[in-house]
Amino acid sequence: MMTALDSGLRPTPPRPVPPVLEVRNLEVTYYTDLGRAKALDDVSFTLHAGEKLGMVGESGSGKSTLALAMMRMIKPPGRIEGGAVIVGGEDLQALDEDGMRHARLSRIAYIPQGAMNSLNPVTRIGAQMVDAIRAHSPRESRSAVEDRCRAALRSVDLSPDVFRMYAHELSGGMKQRVCIAIGILLSPAVIIADEPTSALDVITQRQVMETIDKVKDEINAAVILIGHDMGLMAQFVDKVGVMYAGRLVEISPVRAMFKTPLHPYSEALISSLPNLDNKGVFQGIPGLAPSLLRLPSGCAFHPRCQRAKAECSAVRPAVRTLESGRVVTCHLVDREP
Amino acid sequence: MTIAQPAVPVDLAQPGPVSLILRYLRRNKSLAIGLAILFVLIAFTLIGMLLVDPKGAYPLAAATKKPPSLKYPFGTDFFGRNLLVAMVVGMWQTALIGLIAGGLGTLIGVVLGFVSAYFGGWIDTIIKGVCQILTPIPVLLIQVVVAGSLDKRDVTILTMALIVVMLAWMGPTLVVRSQVLTMKERQFVSVAKLSGVSDLGIIFKEILPNLLPFIAAAFVGQVFAAVFASFYLAVLGLGPLREPLLGNIIWSAQGQGAFFNGWWWWPIAPSIAMILILGSLALINMGLDELANPRVRRTE
Amino acid sequence: MSLKLVIRRLLFLILVIWSASTITFFIPRLSPRNAIRERFAELARSGGFSPGDLEKIIASYSQQFGLDKPLLQQYWDFLGSVLRLDFGYSLNKYPSTMLDLIMQSIPWTLTLLIVTTILSFLIGNLLGAIAAWPRAPRWARMVATPFVLLMGVPPVLMGVLLLFFLGFRLQWFPLGGAYSIGVVPNWSWGFAFDVLRHQVLPALALILGSVGGWVLSMRGMGVTIQGEDYVNFAEHKGLGGITIFRDYYLRNALLPQVTGFALALGTVVTSAIVVEGTFGLPGIGTTLNNAIRANDFPVIYGIVLFITIAVATLMVLMEFIYPLLDPRIRQN
Repeated sequence: MMTALDSGLRPTPPRPVPPVLEVRNLEVTYYTDLGRAKALDDVSFTLHAGEKLGMVGESGSGKSTLALAMMRMIKPPGRIEGGAVIVGGEDLQALDEDGMRHARLSRIAYIPQGAMNSLNPVTRIGAQMVDAIRAHSPRESRSAVEDRCRAALRSVDLSPDVFRMYAHELSGGMKQRVCIAIGILLSPAVIIADEPTSALDVITQRQVMETIDKVKDEINAAVILIGHDMGLMAQFVDKVGVMYAGRLVEISPVRAMFKTPLHPYSEALISSLPNLDNKGVFQGIPGLAPSLLRLPSGCAFHPRCQRAKAECSAVRPAVRTLESGRVVTCHLVDREP
Repeated sequence: MTIAQPAVPVDLAQPGPVSLILRYLRRNKSLAIGLAILFVLIAFTLIGMLLVDPKGAYPLAAATKKPPSLKYPFGTDFFGRNLLVAMVVGMWQTALIGLIAGGLGTLIGVVLGFVSAYFGGWIDTIIKGVCQILTPIPVLLIQVVVAGSLDKRDVTILTMALIVVMLAWMGPTLVVRSQVLTMKERQFVSVAKLSGVSDLGIIFKEILPNLLPFIAAAFVGQVFAAVFASFYLAVLGLGPLREPLLGNIIWSAQGQGAFFNGWWWWPIAPSIAMILILGSLALINMGLDELANPRVRRTE
Repeated sequence: MSLKLVIRRLLFLILVIWSASTITFFIPRLSPRNAIRERFAELARSGGFSPGDLEKIIASYSQQFGLDKPLLQQYWDFLGSVLRLDFGYSLNKYPSTMLDLIMQSIPWTLTLLIVTTILSFLIGNLLGAIAAWPRAPRWARMVATPFVLLMGVPPVLMGVLLLFFLGFRLQWFPLGGAYSIGVVPNWSWGFAFDVLRHQVLPALALILGSVGGWVLSMRGMGVTIQGEDYVNFAEHKGLGGITIFRDYYLRNALLPQVTGFALALGTVVTSAIVVEGTFGLPGIGTTLNNAIRANDFPVIYGIVLFITIAVATLMVLMEFIYPLLDPRIRQN
């Protein structure tokens, strides 16, 4: 049941322009002493320039692994087993080490939880911005580099004086803005923000999200926001992706997702949000997140699913793209709601 | 509703403590190697003490300046000491100093650390203050003053150990103090206190057992420090000069210009013995650290 | 750093120096030994003056050293002379003062100490940092291992082994002394080279003996730092491996090591002194060695006090340097 507003704002049928980001069948496995854990299982999606995708899921659902895999920053004992991350027509997974190093920040940027400890405590903010540019264009003149850094600081609403300051002199929100400023230094086509608002107070959270919105428009980047705060997401993203046990179980436009979630897990996530109906009474999702080492057979969600059928525990559901463009992985859903 | 996870059947037979220790030692290599070297040294010393006549370790017991041979496997020195016998007796004496000084130092440290942390207040201020003031003072040099002030006849293995202990209790005191401080905050101590257990009861029943690993590590560290310090004093010529303490032998070899005169075996035998002793203790200490602080393991 | 903290550290320093002075004053006086009597009794035995003269000489020397005054008066005078860096006279080399003896030998000790300490600090920390750096090539990470194994070997024993292998067996280096026997000290390249050759083995002994300690503590530090968010973010920024290693990892891991450096000063100095004695270098160590052999007590106590004060002062000074290196501490 798509509303006119929805379809008017976001026509989902394929656009004439190709997507700026295409993730195809990405797979990551962790080889631990206790066995193999598939942290990312056959994840695919596309994103256009200027679009914002929110990735949600419980901790351990693979959303951060997805970010790291896209940056090719999975550390042993983890390994990227296969798949492609195509940015602007080129597969990043196929690049050599040095090529990938150059692609980081200049084509695909990662913004960490800056409020905590993401800035080097012993060097000035400026030095940490300058070295980022220098790593990609070593011949640019010192003054040009500094001008770019100050411009980036201005565009996240920070004073250019921050350039000469140290991390401990900044508040949590300011540190997060510095991280965003670093992320946009080289105008990347894709920006991944990993829980950019955790550990910030509510007002600062909003400001940071607005900043991300603003800089995204300036450089027309595709943005992936990773987080577990569905409420905050709802206000800022175009599409929401839901992950469960390393699998992408649903991608839908944000309004459709909240109005008619397709996957039972999405539904559970949304109904666990406090709203006017349940008056803030928290309703958790029954059951525990499964261990990646011993995934349930069939659909990984079936032990917690209240509508599970016999098929659900036996056969793994296929990824289905509906006519409206919504993507869902569930035996119970085979058509538009 | 929770996920029904199949219980993993434990079909392994429970391994005995010996095989558990062996299995752990295989992973903790420094502890294993350290213990192995120490074991060999102990065997050498004990078997040696049974087989040789300790008189051979003192001057004029053998021919002088003989290089290693079948009769004198480690050679003899300028004063006519059989260096093999000297090694046996020297190691025995080193072990005595290490154990006496290490044991006493740990004991003092544990008591002071406990008192300081458990009772707090002005006692804590004094003990902590004294430790902090003494820390920047190079301990060996003060030991030099003490050893130098003694009548040469009064310098024996026992006095060496006492000199070493005198300024070596600060380390264990501070370690035990900080451990007791953190332990005091833990739940089980508060529970014991609320249920009316006396101070001594809490110390001996609740805190002490949890401290044992730290005390063991501190003890090994103290033995190492004591052997090291007594060795340095002896190398400086402040040891009991008549005794074949390993440091004394090196001191007298250097004094007689052993290398200049070609008697190379004279300082080499005690040096290697000392390296093995200190090396094994250092390895054991490292191994115990690894046991207490598993984070170090990650880089292996 | 606030003025209050500076004053507190200086008060602490004074307290340390006072404690060290008090210990070195009272311990010898608690002992039944009479240094002057022993010294001259020895001379008398070897002939030279009659026992009657002995008492007279002892009395005059005791007066000279102020030993005839009441103990508290002596203690008071002693503290005053410590403040003036006046450690009294040598018994053996009277009328040389302690300060003369120390000043003659200190350049040797200082040179050896500074060169070896800086080298082992740099080498040890670099190797330790590499050993803990997962992106370093395997062979580079293994370089540190032998140094860790050598850590249990005190520098003196390292010295004996080096003397045996490189000096005695291979005859690459001299077996001791500051310069070759029979050479007259002069300002020529040849003499400088000769001195340098004599310094190689003691320096090597000190460096090999202390690198392992730095390796070990730096490796532990490095494991912590490499997990920090800022090191990860640096890689996300697409920085080169060397930049991350140097500016993000090494710089942060080194800071606590500077504190460790201050704490290790005492051990470093005593090691150097003992090694000097073994190699017969004309530094403080040999002066101390000779004083012990000759029962020259004022010299023993003077050297001990001098070094103690120097080490304690350096340690407190290091605390003032630390804020210059760490912007976080500079602020508070």
